[in-house]
Amino acid sequence: MQNTKQNSYEEIIVAGFGGQGIMLAGRLLAQTAMKAGKEVTYMPSYGAEVRGGTANCMVIIADEPIASPLVDKPDSLIVMNKASLNKFASRLKAGGLLVMNSSLIDTKPQLDDSIEIIAIPADEIAVELGNKKIANMVALGAYFQKRGILSPDTAAACLPDTIAKRYHKTLPVNTEAIHRGAEFTKDNE
Amino acid sequence: MSERILMCGNEALAEAAIIAGCDAYFGYPITPQNEITAYMSKRMPEEGRVFVQSESELAAINMVFGASATGKRTMTSSSSPGISLMQEGISYLAGAELPSVIVNVMRGGPGLGNIAPSQGDYFQATRGGGHGDYRTIALGPSTVQELVDCMPLAFDLADQYRIPVVVLADGILGQMMEPIVFNKKPRRSLPPKDWALTGAKGREQNIVRSLWLPEGSLEKHNYKLQAKYQQVQKNEVLCEQYEVDDAEIIVIAYGVAARIVRSAVKKARQEGIKAGWIRPITLWPFPTMQIAKAADELSIFLVVEMSMGQMVEDVKLAVAGKVPVVFYGRAGGGVPSVDQVLEKIKQLTIPVKKQ
Amino acid sequence: MKTVFTRTPTLKDCLTHYCPGCGHSIAHRLIAETIDELDIRGRTIGIAPVGCAVLAYNYLDVDMIEVAHGRAPAVATGMKRTNPDKIIFSYQGDGDLAAIGTGEIIHAAHRGEQITVIFINNAVFGMTGGQMAPTTVLGQTTATTQQGRDAANEGYPLQVSELLALLPGAIYVERCALSGPAQIQKAKKAIKHAFELQISGAQGLSLVELLSTCPTYWRLSPVKAMEWIENEMTKVFPLGKLKDESQRPRISV
Ligand SMILES: Cc1ncc(C[n+]2csc(CCOP(=O)(O)OP(=O)(O)O)c2C)c(N)n1
Ligand code: SF4
Ligand SMILES: [Mg+2]
Repeated sequence: MQNTKQNSYEEIIVAGFGGQGIMLAGRLLAQTAMKAGKEVTYMPSYGAEVRGGTANCMVIIADEPIASPLVDKPDSLIVMNKASLNKFASRLKAGGLLVMNSSLIDTKPQLDDSIEIIAIPADEIAVELGNKKIANMVALGAYFQKRGILSPDTAAACLPDTIAKRYHKTLPVNTEAIHRGAEFTKDNE
Repeated sequence: MSERILMCGNEALAEAAIIAGCDAYFGYPITPQNEITAYMSKRMPEEGRVFVQSESELAAINMVFGASATGKRTMTSSSSPGISLMQEGISYLAGAELPSVIVNVMRGGPGLGNIAPSQGDYFQATRGGGHGDYRTIALGPSTVQELVDCMPLAFDLADQYRIPVVVLADGILGQMMEPIVFNKKPRRSLPPKDWALTGAKGREQNIVRSLWLPEGSLEKHNYKLQAKYQQVQKNEVLCEQYEVDDAEIIVIAYGVAARIVRSAVKKARQEGIKAGWIRPITLWPFPTMQIAKAADELSIFLVVEMSMGQMVEDVKLAVAGKVPVVFYGRAGGGVPSVDQVLEKIKQLTIPVKKQ
Repeated sequence: MKTVFTRTPTLKDCLTHYCPGCGHSIAHRLIAETIDELDIRGRTIGIAPVGCAVLAYNYLDVDMIEVAHGRAPAVATGMKRTNPDKIIFSYQGDGDLAAIGTGEIIHAAHRGEQITVIFINNAVFGMTGGQMAPTTVLGQTTATTQQGRDAANEGYPLQVSELLALLPGAIYVERCALSGPAQIQKAKKAIKHAFELQISGAQGLSLVELLSTCPTYWRLSPVKAMEWIENEMTKVFPLGKLKDESQRPRISV
């Protein structure tokens, strides 16, 4: 049931360090899933932990009402730094998908062969686009394209509802980042 | 209004309270419910309503006491340690029969505990919590949508019965985002608040109090409260059940734990185990009758909680020894997984099958 | 015969439960007179404390609430914020306001709540049997300071009004004494001023502290008790206006 458009149940963990826009990425995932008519839950790590360094959130996308919003073994893992990879990689389900920010992760993780890996230089692409902060969107773009449950276009359409109004001038560059991420996946397939 | 929007539980319940006509919110920050206080600080003034960040939960609940006494719809919110501090005020609200809504986004305890989700305040919410012979209505929603839907209900129940209503959420429900719809439902038809303190213009003075000194007067008051509680028990029980008719095992859970149970039971059915679930929505009044009835038909109950076992006592009271009641729980931020619950269901049903 | 003195309507025609010579009765009368003179009975809500005055609503014929020990300023906040057109006053003893409710009064003043507080300082916990209050003076014997209050063990008398007067949110703080006709007249003026400030929409809290007799637990006759206020209490709690910023302009933003 992996990697097909019919995939009706997907658990995702997005992780990185504070400031990488991890929560925003998770919320965009959730918003996009809702727009696509799916059931969805988004659960952030909260409280002191957020400031301690690593930030993560859990998103579940399904066609039926979702039980616990907590993700133990994700189908997909999007990691933006090495600490997060180390923390969560072993929890990936067999046959799962790992999207990792190769700009900040130099080594290839030792994982089960069934796991597909997209190593995307998200920071570099973001810098090329002129805004280092949008590496999260680049990674998401790669994910959308690979997984095929949600489309990059729907995600882009959800940006205005996800990004705070005072940052709306960054909508175009965020949109571009999602598409660049998606193209990267296509080019490497 | 019927558009799905994505909101976290804390903000969603706050907006739902505003839609339900909450005139005043008073609160003191505590994780994991800070989004409520922050949201209210912005939205209440926008609506021309009252927001005050109090100096403590003790003050917050007493601000609620004051606003409610003047006939306003009012609420406060907090998390476990803050709710403990409010118990004095809740007892006074119950004694003085003042309507009020108190949201508890539960976290791990005892003491300062942690900020992780928990269901450890069930006893406190359903047994009164403070001193004296009283009850508060306690609602235990399990999704963000239900949290939204239970806010107008909470205000209506509070006004109808002149009673404090506790909404028991937890860190997960408060923090998680889910798509929701704000359904604007008409209010129940409610009795006039002719007891409210509005200035005794052209009428006799109104007094709001909880002190009954003359011999026998407090006992009389207690009987009056009890009669009211019996009405609540008779009329307001809410619970949901699934595939209980042919069930060999029924799993009982509320709030977030019930979401996990729902999935576990579904998996059990797929594996051919005749399992069902009952989910109390009102924790007080408790669905005693529904559970008692189920106890006549089946062989075992499993109660799942994010605590070391609190609601299980109410289940045992309802079952009255007719069949075994087994407990499975995690505490201090531990959340049972679907597989753990499924495993428990299997353990309990396989011996039954062998017989 | 010419009537020279009558009961003011807002003071109910009934016996009180107060001990003979107790200052609470006098304070009640002054409040009732003020309410009637200002013609605000129809929009006044009073808050009774926990203390000997817990039954104040049996004597004052206005809408009243009885609240938990010390929490009156928080209750008043809830009332006034939701009913800015109403006149809200709390009536609190020294145990209520200066011990268990210190947090609530300081923060109500700190927020500048537009309420009026009548603070009855009788230097003991009357209701519970004459124990030490934060305002008990040094050397004073009480049920819990049987050798007399000793600063080394119990600290010094707490001058809450001075403390509150420091806060920008408190606009009017005055200390008066219910210790004889002249002082009582002054107290009446102060109470009236405090209510008038609230009626005028003045931007802050008004508080009148009344040094008040507790003949029962001071173990003095009513007359000696009044003398004790003048001779002993006023040394620690000097009379007079601590603050009056009734002219303070409205502040917004
Ligand atoms: C939480 C709580 N603690 C203690 C008491 C008992 N109590 C009742 S009145 C009182 C002191 C009252 O003293 P004060 O406020 O000075 O009033 P007075 O009787 O002197 O007028 C105390 C301690 C209570 N009612 N509630
Ligand atoms: S105990 Fe003191 S304060 Fe209380 S009524 Fe008697 S004299 Fe008044
Ligand atoms: Mg006293």
